Amino acid sequence: MRLEARDHVPEWLTFLVPILAIFFSLFVAATLLIIADAPPLESFYYLIKGAFGSKNAIAETGARATPLILTGLAAGIAFRAKFWNIGAEGQLYAGAIAVTVVGTGAINLPSTLMIPFLFLVGALAGAVAILPSVILKQLFKVDEVVTTLLMNFIIILFVSFVLDGPLKDPMSMGWPQAASIVDSGVLPQIMERTRLHFGFIVAIVTALMIWFILGKTTFGFKIRAVGYNSSAAYHSGHSVIKTMILVACISGGLAGLAGVTETAGLKGYLTLDLSPGFGYTGIAVAMLAALNPIGIVFSAIFLATIYVGADSMSRAMNVPTYLADVVVAVTVLSVLISLVLTQYKFYFKSNSK
Amino acid sequence: MTKVSKKFGTLTANENISFSVSKGEILAVLGENGAGKTTLMNVIFGHYIPDSGTIALKGVRMRSGDTKAAIKSGIGMVHQHFTLAENLTVLENILIGRNPLWGWTLNTKAAEQKIMDISERFGLKIDPHARVLDLSVGEKQRLEILKTLYSNCDLVILDEPTASLTPQEVDNLFVTIQSMVKSGLSVILISHKLDEILKVSDRILVLRHGKVVADMARVKANKALLAELIVGRKIKRPIQKKAKFTSKVLDLNSINTSPTQGSPMGLKNIDLELRGGEIHGIAGVAGNGQRALCELIAGQIKPQSGNLAYKGVLVNSFNVKKFMAMGIAYIPEDRNIDGVIGDMSIQENSVLSELNNPKIATPRGFLLLKECVAYAKNICKKYDVRTQSLSQPARLLSGGNVQKLLIGRWLERNPNVIIACQPTRGLDEGAIAAVHSMLLNAKSDGRAILVVTEDLDELLLISDKVSVMYNGSLTAAKQAKKLEKREIGLMMTGSKIEETIR
Repeated sequence: MRLEARDHVPEWLTFLVPILAIFFSLFVAATLLIIADAPPLESFYYLIKGAFGSKNAIAETGARATPLILTGLAAGIAFRAKFWNIGAEGQLYAGAIAVTVVGTGAINLPSTLMIPFLFLVGALAGAVAILPSVILKQLFKVDEVVTTLLMNFIIILFVSFVLDGPLKDPMSMGWPQAASIVDSGVLPQIMERTRLHFGFIVAIVTALMIWFILGKTTFGFKIRAVGYNSSAAYHSGHSVIKTMILVACISGGLAGLAGVTETAGLKGYLTLDLSPGFGYTGIAVAMLAALNPIGIVFSAIFLATIYVGADSMSRAMNVPTYLADVVVAVTVLSVLISLVLTQYKFYFKSNSK
Repeated sequence: MTKVSKKFGTLTANENISFSVSKGEILAVLGENGAGKTTLMNVIFGHYIPDSGTIALKGVRMRSGDTKAAIKSGIGMVHQHFTLAENLTVLENILIGRNPLWGWTLNTKAAEQKIMDISERFGLKIDPHARVLDLSVGEKQRLEILKTLYSNCDLVILDEPTASLTPQEVDNLFVTIQSMVKSGLSVILISHKLDEILKVSDRILVLRHGKVVADMARVKANKALLAELIVGRKIKRPIQKKAKFTSKVLDLNSINTSPTQGSPMGLKNIDLELRGGEIHGIAGVAGNGQRALCELIAGQIKPQSGNLAYKGVLVNSFNVKKFMAMGIAYIPEDRNIDGVIGDMSIQENSVLSELNNPKIATPRGFLLLKECVAYAKNICKKYDVRTQSLSQPARLLSGGNVQKLLIGRWLERNPNVIIACQPTRGLDEGAIAAVHSMLLNAKSDGRAILVVTEDLDELLLISDKVSVMYNGSLTAAKQAKKLEKREIGLMMTGSKIEETIR
């Protein structure tokens, strides 16, 4: 078999490929289910049912998708500019710490002001958390993959410190958790008696905004130009450094927003298990969507479906929930590989001997 | 090679091409960019599988699409862009891929002996233990040829081998090629430079739009005939109009800079004066500070001492955006890296430098997409950028069209100063003529133009004044008409600049 580069990738291929990748990963999952002695079709039925089978299930999927959309956007916009921010997890916690500091009684405003204020504070904290990495990169060319990743550990250990120290809730009976966000700061439910909250709408509106910025503004143009070819952007009079710092701050800010939705929306208070790796999963979300902001909404919902559905599948069929991780990982890998392969034509026989 | 065809989608890159090379012959392959030269060579070398047709070497039909087999049966290729590992030595670069991966020792002694033999036989002087990154361009070229010869090949393909060599290095290369064919090798030489081909080849093959349009002995060819065959029509050479100098636009006064990436010696005591309506040509072997000079005038680097005045006003802050706003345009040497963004569309590339232009975006930063399209359409039409659609990625454009797009983008800004660094490197005859006429038109519009080039024919053809750059210094400008190629060639190698000039 031989490969040959294509000049043009046909449009239908770019749509078909992610779908084929999803089917392929479900096939892999089915194989694993058979090994685990569970009938695959029935298991998938429970997976879908668990994610969409009831009002509560749908709400739960939406609630899970919320932080994933935001961390997906954080990764997506940074990767567009070829700034490899692996630190969304830490930036998420930075946002969460900030809203805990201002939102547990220190400041109390009416709801209509308090909620935007919390989002602003969370975004700022996320942006501040990424600043050291981007500055080190621009000044000393320190690899941002390393610094953003290591910042995660620093911030998470810092969270663990404040939860056992200054921010520890005296009423928590010794648990390392912070006090609850004041009532005026809690994000309202958008489906009654479920956990789906206002943050979901914020996430979708944010995705639309990022889509607009990337496609329709000069700033988005610069982000793409710097990402594709920073040297040509520089020669055309654009400040690569300024663009990079701004993109990084926006990326960190988006991850910070995810910290706000989880603290003020889902949980109501800060704990150490606020995020089961949303920051890292955001990278998968962004890659699955080929960094397209609208695509990120769909891929976040897809991943949320798998994770939420896998919980109920695991209960019903007595299989481990880790299958969800397998499906997600295989889907992302097969999408990435097949997106590369669409660039080529295939020859299965070497013609003429 | 018989009836080879290769299609890419709807584009036919090669159509029924047949030719042969005999032992000890130098075959030159000529053609415009996109005429199918590179495709053809890639077919021979096994990178591409032809859709039809066969290739035979010494009577044995070759399996198509098998690079290893091509190498084994004695085909060697020297690519236009070097394929060397910079951090390894000459010897290691030659041995890469030739020794088994799993083995305890490299048999370097024998290899070194063989390399010395080859280099002596063909006059390819090189130190086998030098690191590649310390080599000059000419030496790297020699290494590439040596690498090919090391694998005992019978047919050597040289793709644009003289693109970045000085006249003296080109002469050396041709001596090597001659000695190669004398010892029974065959050579296929791909080049744009008609003079060189007429000097060195035995037979000339001209391709146009993927077809062979001529296959003739060198003795029957002449420059005008070849140029016509290549483009399929007569090329109108732009005519040098008489210069009418206007006012002084840019004035550099004893400027020194610290070393930069492309120019390790920095700039030394540069005096330069650019006037509207004149083309100032700068000659020099690459890497003697030309790049730093361009970057300085583009506002990318700042001087350590000395001063730069624009229209009589001293400039103190150096940044690209400010210099662009003042009316300076810089057409960089590496158009695909510093000029266009290959993965963005032609339309986006047309407005890349125009995001502050109120025609392109509102002051608040919203793109006016319709105006962007109109702007791009205008550039493509006005400057003859040939493209299927504006939404095509720029990397699909040929070199000539990329350059026309870039120059057009700058000209639309109405710059007072244009710096063009190697504006026609790697372009074909038709595109070179187009670029030259763009520059000459800009000149008669009263713009001041600085052209940096290694191509002395080009230098003397379009410049009004010429100075030579050597080791970071610039000679005083001289009228182009009073200079001879040989004289400039000597100055380029630094021999007694003062005496030659005065």
